[in-house]
Amino acid sequence: MPYVPTRYFCLIVALVTIAIAFASRLATNDYFFFAGYVVLQYVVMATAWNILGGYTGYVNFGTAGFFAIGAYSAVVMHKLFEPPLIASIVVGGFMAGLVGLGMGYLTLRLRGVFFAIATLALAIVLQTLVTNWDFVGGARGVYIIRPETGPFGHPYIQYLFVLMLALSAVAICIARAIEHSKLGYGLATIRDDELAAEAAGVPTLRLKLIATVLSGALMGMAGAPLPYYVTYLDPSSGFNLAFAVNSIAMPLIGGTSSWLGPLIGAVLLATIQQIATVTISSALNLLIVGVIMVAFVTIAPNGILGLFERGVRARRRPAEKEAA
Amino acid sequence: MFGLLVNAIVAGLLLGGFYAAVSVGLALSFGMLDIANLAHPAFIILGSFIVYTLNIDFGVDPVVAGVLALPFFYVLGSAIYQIYYYSFERRGEEALRGLAFFFGILFITEVALILIFGVDYRFVTAPYIGPSLYIGNAELPLRMLVPFMVSIVMVGLLQLFLSKTFIGRAILAVSQDDLALKLMSIRPQRIKNIAFAISIATASLAGACLIIIQPVEPSIGRDYIGRVFAIVVLGGMGSFPGMLTAAMLIGVMESLTATFYGPSWSPAVAFGFLLLTLAIRPAGLMGR
Repeated sequence: MPYVPTRYFCLIVALVTIAIAFASRLATNDYFFFAGYVVLQYVVMATAWNILGGYTGYVNFGTAGFFAIGAYSAVVMHKLFEPPLIASIVVGGFMAGLVGLGMGYLTLRLRGVFFAIATLALAIVLQTLVTNWDFVGGARGVYIIRPETGPFGHPYIQYLFVLMLALSAVAICIARAIEHSKLGYGLATIRDDELAAEAAGVPTLRLKLIATVLSGALMGMAGAPLPYYVTYLDPSSGFNLAFAVNSIAMPLIGGTSSWLGPLIGAVLLATIQQIATVTISSALNLLIVGVIMVAFVTIAPNGILGLFERGVRARRRPAEKEAA
Repeated sequence: MFGLLVNAIVAGLLLGGFYAAVSVGLALSFGMLDIANLAHPAFIILGSFIVYTLNIDFGVDPVVAGVLALPFFYVLGSAIYQIYYYSFERRGEEALRGLAFFFGILFITEVALILIFGVDYRFVTAPYIGPSLYIGNAELPLRMLVPFMVSIVMVGLLQLFLSKTFIGRAILAVSQDDLALKLMSIRPQRIKNIAFAISIATASLAGACLIIIQPVEPSIGRDYIGRVFAIVVLGGMGSFPGMLTAAMLIGVMESLTATFYGPSWSPAVAFGFLLLTLAIRPAGLMGR
């Protein structure tokens, strides 16, 4: 693929986003927006996970925790002042980023495995906190009344869909900008050999913290509209393990080396799940995701992108021989 | 007040003994072999459900059922290590993909158990579930005392195995320097295979202990992830005495929290310990 400067890349993403937003006006069925919202939410989650997981090689198992921080921040904001949703998204992202910073500061100095364990435990402890916190509904859950229409007079679900579409575009642009920046190269050296990176003068802890905060904040932003989407939120659905499994499985299945992998993985897996939840049970559906993830990790470690690249290379090789 | 405190500490020590049974497998796999087996709690729940089936359908005593299931778990552990070795360890990719692999196994086991057994709480019957012993004011419920003793015997036997037998010493050697082992013309992965299989086998007895102590449903394994890793890290990774001390410490702290603040807060205790240990002293209490 020829190199496209980040500026033009973002411009193309913006144009595609606007095109999709207008094309979605053709949809007559509200179900399209409900399903599309979930797919886009996973595009944000998978892309955010990949900034830390794929580029830096640090595994975050607490994605459900960061996601729920965003969702519950929105609940708190809604209860306190009923602000516009965009403000809740910003606050949700900020809170999740803050938690990422604190956790990262305590655990990122050690080997990556400790960070992974800490994130896994974090999600469980946050769930304990929310379950014990009556202001946000505690274990009983909380009802949020979804407004009839968005700020431009369209049905609210269409507004949520467009918001999530914009968030996906932002997430993809950030991921792509990181890939070709000093930060991205620094993260790649950490992934390949952290000791060598440290010796070469890469400020490893600072770069890892930036990646953790960015990734956590994006997850929090993806979670903030959730209360308005589901209208009833309780801890076990906000912290659902399905969020964690999906947002890890999607980049691993798509391929972790670039922004395209999580996008492919998320669109593919989330669409299949949207169809499958209607036709087969949701537990079985999650079992399938888990099995596919384990299969990809063991057999095709570079995901769909890796398979594709290998195919291209294999086809090119005989042609090169002929030319020689 | 004093009686409450004494009872909370006694209950905490008994709980800590049980935590040692849950963590000993991980001390072996994560502490000594450096395999971060996130799925360990899931295998414990699997053990609980196998014990449950044996108990309900055939009337086998839970502890005996746990012993009967040991060979099955040993073979399972051996198979998982083979996959892990050929897919990740040999390629040097255990960090990212190995973790994702175990996370996937954790998830698959949980969902599979939900599909088979549903989300209801299951429990076993045995003569020692119910009655209590009394020493002075302190109450010793037998359903806590039996798992405590099973756990101490298991940890003690494993410690003897590691320090006295040839294979046991070889496992210790792998944990210290597997390059040196290669130079002695011993294949480290053969020794690691045995050690990992033993670590999964302990999940069978730990599962029996768990279902004696409390009713079990498939997703409670998640509550143990933070706990077992906190205990193993706090205990200094590979050391069994350290792990036992850490398990008792966390057991007592959780029991005190549950008595004085309410049981819904106790999952936060282990996590607090884990974060503090990682931040202040990553080598643990009795680290090398």
